[in-house]
Amino acid sequence: MAGGILLLVVAFLILESWPAFQDIGPARFFTDQDWYPTERLYLLTPMLWGTLWATLGSIVLAAPLGILSAIFCHYYAPPLLATWYRRLIELLAGIPSVVYGFWGLVVLVPVIGQLHPPGPSLLAGILVLFLMILPTIMLVAHASFAKVPLSYIHSAMALGLGRWAMIRNVLLPTARAGLFTGILLGIARALGETMAILMVCGNVVQTPSNLFDPIRTLTANIALEMAYALGDHRSALFVSGLLLMGMVVVFVVMAEGLQYRKLDDTAR
Amino acid sequence: MATVQRPVAVFLRCLLCVGALLGQFSAEAKEGKLVITGSSTMAPLVLEMGKRFESLHPGTRIDVQTGGSSRGIADAVNGLADIGMASRALQSQEGNLHGFVIAYDGITIILHDSNPIQELTDDQIKGIYSGIITNWKTVGGLDAPITVVNKAEGRSTLALFLHYFTLSNRDIKAHVVIGDNEQGIKTVAGNPHAIGYVSIGTARYDATYGVPIRLLPLRNIPATLETVREGTFPLSRPLTLVTKTEPTGLANTFIEFARSPATHDLILQHYFVPLAD
Repeated sequence: MAGGILLLVVAFLILESWPAFQDIGPARFFTDQDWYPTERLYLLTPMLWGTLWATLGSIVLAAPLGILSAIFCHYYAPPLLATWYRRLIELLAGIPSVVYGFWGLVVLVPVIGQLHPPGPSLLAGILVLFLMILPTIMLVAHASFAKVPLSYIHSAMALGLGRWAMIRNVLLPTARAGLFTGILLGIARALGETMAILMVCGNVVQTPSNLFDPIRTLTANIALEMAYALGDHRSALFVSGLLLMGMVVVFVVMAEGLQYRKLDDTAR
Repeated sequence: MATVQRPVAVFLRCLLCVGALLGQFSAEAKEGKLVITGSSTMAPLVLEMGKRFESLHPGTRIDVQTGGSSRGIADAVNGLADIGMASRALQSQEGNLHGFVIAYDGITIILHDSNPIQELTDDQIKGIYSGIITNWKTVGGLDAPITVVNKAEGRSTLALFLHYFTLSNRDIKAHVVIGDNEQGIKTVAGNPHAIGYVSIGTARYDATYGVPIRLLPLRNIPATLETVREGTFPLSRPLTLVTKTEPTGLANTFIEFARSPATHDLILQHYFVPLAD
């Protein structure tokens, strides 16, 4: 059922972007001078880079911090603090993205603007995405640490390993696949995030040369222009949707690969 | 047998009821439903007008959807909507359509309230937007880089702005690209060195409710509801209802209602400017 709907969505995306492929041709999405759809220029690469950099930046921040806070919560914090800490993170995971976006727009962007004008920038996008995917990564990491068999921990203790040595040598390798799954879920959420990114990134179509440059992501491009797009312009927006879908598929395939490697490991 | 037949009979009866209901709805749809699509500037106003119209004419339904002026005109041409909304005057190649102005709106340049600049000439604004002037010092302000806020492609506000300043969107060196008016106002309110342009109605509304923005005059004419109504404010636009053919029946009644003084209070509430008569 769900698979069928997914296939229908993909078919719909291809169907809607077909006029663009016919009239514009797939190559021009990567070779045109710029993105001015009303002047018939349809370059998508700056937005592809925008999406990739924002996602990469947020994951580089969120992955270590998320996993470390799961470790803290699971093995270091006193039980009462750990419970409240986890509840707080769960709450954080439930906040709608538009709220993060609004906070970013009225608080974060002006602060960055004082440091280095104009303010709406790749950095703002990375920070907002970081806040959004941190809880996902932390909660998944927390769950996979909880699944590590107690006997492993007991054995490690019996061997006289210290707490950090046990975490590094026993727990992290055992929970590795779960940690990667959390990171990939985070990546998928960061790739697909639209509203918050639209509000804080500035949406200027350009390949960013530093952290303070405004960027536009593929998702923001669709949200910003879809309501007003006609003809080939509209079709080109579906192409950006298709491109995004392709990126998500690549990451899902990677996630699958990691799952299988985990099975191999445990079989060995 | 009876126990088997009973549920079937009940089911058939239900089906009949649903069919009858559906039939009633579709008959009503033919008689009393108007689909209006288009300009996101106009949609909130027309929605309110529709609600009042529905209460005055029981049994009618006014369905308002947004999507921009271009969609409003396209939908009216394709017959997807009974009436299109366009927040601009009809262009010459659209001469075969019928347009009815229901109110006026102006576009104003906005700055942060703390910006000492009180006025900019058209050439200065053009220079700022095309990236020739990049520091407020050049136009007599503080020594600070200018943040240029532009609208996303396809919006009628952008089209009107470009047309007035004889710019092409490719000439504009923007630092921020925004979607709707509110996002533009929030962006300028959060950045003391930003310049942007939005609907006068929305800007006046927010400024009176304490948002730190300032509306700049254009060619010495202040950006107020009065100057737009008089038609003296240079950067203003008519809000137009568009039909493919001469409107008849319900569409005609609604357009007459929208243009009548009975809706002036709604127009003022939305900080637009009603027709003179």
